Amino acid sequence: MSVKLGVPSKGRLMQKTFDWFGARGITLARTGSEREYAGRVDGIDNVQLVLLSASEVPRELAAGRIHLGVTGTDLVREKLVQWDQKVEPLAELGFGEANLIVAVPQAWVDVDTLDDLDAAAAAFRARHGFRLRIATKYHRLVREYLREGGVADYALVDSQGATEGTVKNLTAEAIADITSSGDTLRANHLKVLREAPILESQATLFRARRAELSDDARATLAELIQKLGL
Amino acid sequence: MSTGAARDRAMMLRDGFAGQGAEVIDCAILQPAETLLDLYGEDIRARAYVTQDPARGERMLRPDFTVPVVQMHMAEGAEPARYTYAGEVFRRQEDHPERASEYLQVGFEVFDRADPEAADAEVFVAIRDALGALPVRAVTGDIGVLTAAVAGLDTSEARRAALMRHIWRPKRFRALLARYAGKTPVPEGRAALLAAADPMAGAGPLIGLRSREEIAARIETLRADAAEPPIAKSEIEMIDELLSVAETCPFALEHLKHIAMDFPVLRDAVARFERRCDALSARGVDVDALMFEASYGRTSMEYYDGFVFGFGAEARPDLPPVASGGRYDALTARLGAGRSIPAVGGVIRPDLTLMLECGV
Repeated sequence: MSVKLGVPSKGRLMQKTFDWFGARGITLARTGSEREYAGRVDGIDNVQLVLLSASEVPRELAAGRIHLGVTGTDLVREKLVQWDQKVEPLAELGFGEANLIVAVPQAWVDVDTLDDLDAAAAAFRARHGFRLRIATKYHRLVREYLREGGVADYALVDSQGATEGTVKNLTAEAIADITSSGDTLRANHLKVLREAPILESQATLFRARRAELSDDARATLAELIQKLGL
Repeated sequence: MSTGAARDRAMMLRDGFAGQGAEVIDCAILQPAETLLDLYGEDIRARAYVTQDPARGERMLRPDFTVPVVQMHMAEGAEPARYTYAGEVFRRQEDHPERASEYLQVGFEVFDRADPEAADAEVFVAIRDALGALPVRAVTGDIGVLTAAVAGLDTSEARRAALMRHIWRPKRFRALLARYAGKTPVPEGRAALLAAADPMAGAGPLIGLRSREEIAARIETLRADAAEPPIAKSEIEMIDELLSVAETCPFALEHLKHIAMDFPVLRDAVARFERRCDALSARGVDVDALMFEASYGRTSMEYYDGFVFGFGAEARPDLPPVASGGRYDALTARLGAGRSIPAVGGVIRPDLTLMLECGV
């Protein structure tokens, strides 16, 4: 039985993950054609590279189909109920850093805090007859955060992409999304609330707590963790 | 999943309420999500199952019977009315995966204008009697005492309304109260914003549905609030003292009467509490041993607005209440399209009664 390592299959996140492992003597590489999702691991035996979408890594870890996986903290927290019982963070990888935040139009000069957002939502509902809409794909995290912050009279609307555009398109009044530099928010005339972010996320190596391991796989995992200096 | 034994128990309990004159009713399991979302807001999505119907839109697996029962009564019910029902309810358990997400509830609901305190006692006693000799302990409360205190605060209508809106969110309520008492620092830049001749100057392009006029209206509200004197220390202390009341009914009543001497706005609510104690006593409840907690029922579903009660398993504080209930007059107004009726009810969980009988 080999140890299965799940890594994002595309782009910057994949390359940075390869670099991080490479710097620690474990070479990860894609094999075959550019379009084929197959990979190779050098520097340790018995480790199998599984290339998959970053958003599927949490589910695969929770199900125990992979033993280790690299993905963002945001995805793990959003997708896994009681995440800390299902996965264990082994290392923060120092890239893919982004905050999950709530943003409102810059022109809302009266709204800077959750307290303001709640008051604006109450007035908005009274006037428009529906609850103030917040576009996001992080439904659980945002709902929990707003409940904790005592915000009522809002509705979450699902937005799987181009979330910053929803306010201008009149499909939402505010958004909750991941941002790193804030450039996209500013370009879309949005500002971040002056509150602690919902979540500070970065690419993280997780271990599946419930994945089955044979004796040899357990030894391989221990060797890998040692080589990675964790 | 509900077992055969729990189902038999549910039918037995329902028949018991029917024997006391309640009409047996049933409700659809799939409810329109919109009504429940409007009432409880987005939070209910964390507690109820929402599903999608291509033709009817979002549906919710009923998280309780109260809302559909009220809707049914307001649409076609004769007055006064007593109802009973038994059936599954569905609750997501994200924070407590060990708890059942599908279980039976048996309910008894009273819609009666004649004597609300007598109806409170009737429901409490009906539920208590149905539980029989189970090792449970009752706690009562009254949201109406707190709302009376808020309604009587010597401050602006806007502040009272904001506090009322968050009665069921204790943490937020507390934060608002601290702000209105002048104990919270004003957000950075707020003073400059309120002093500005044109607060919108340099604000950037306005996007979205919320209009310039709405922003201006909120700034006016903020200006008015900034000019409002802080809520008096004595009133804040009164609310604190009120919320700390947790003792047996006679002592709680004395305590509240004492507070009401300085705050006459509480007198009606305290008189209602006293009448309820008498009504419970008249029905054979040992009121001297019955607990009253002023903050009880504030964090559950936000429709109880008067009497509230729960029966918890003495030896199993980890379990949810075996039975609970309360008064929801305001809910009948929200769902009644201009009409309303005093209403009170309670539910029992037959699965938990069986569990306690087995001594688990």
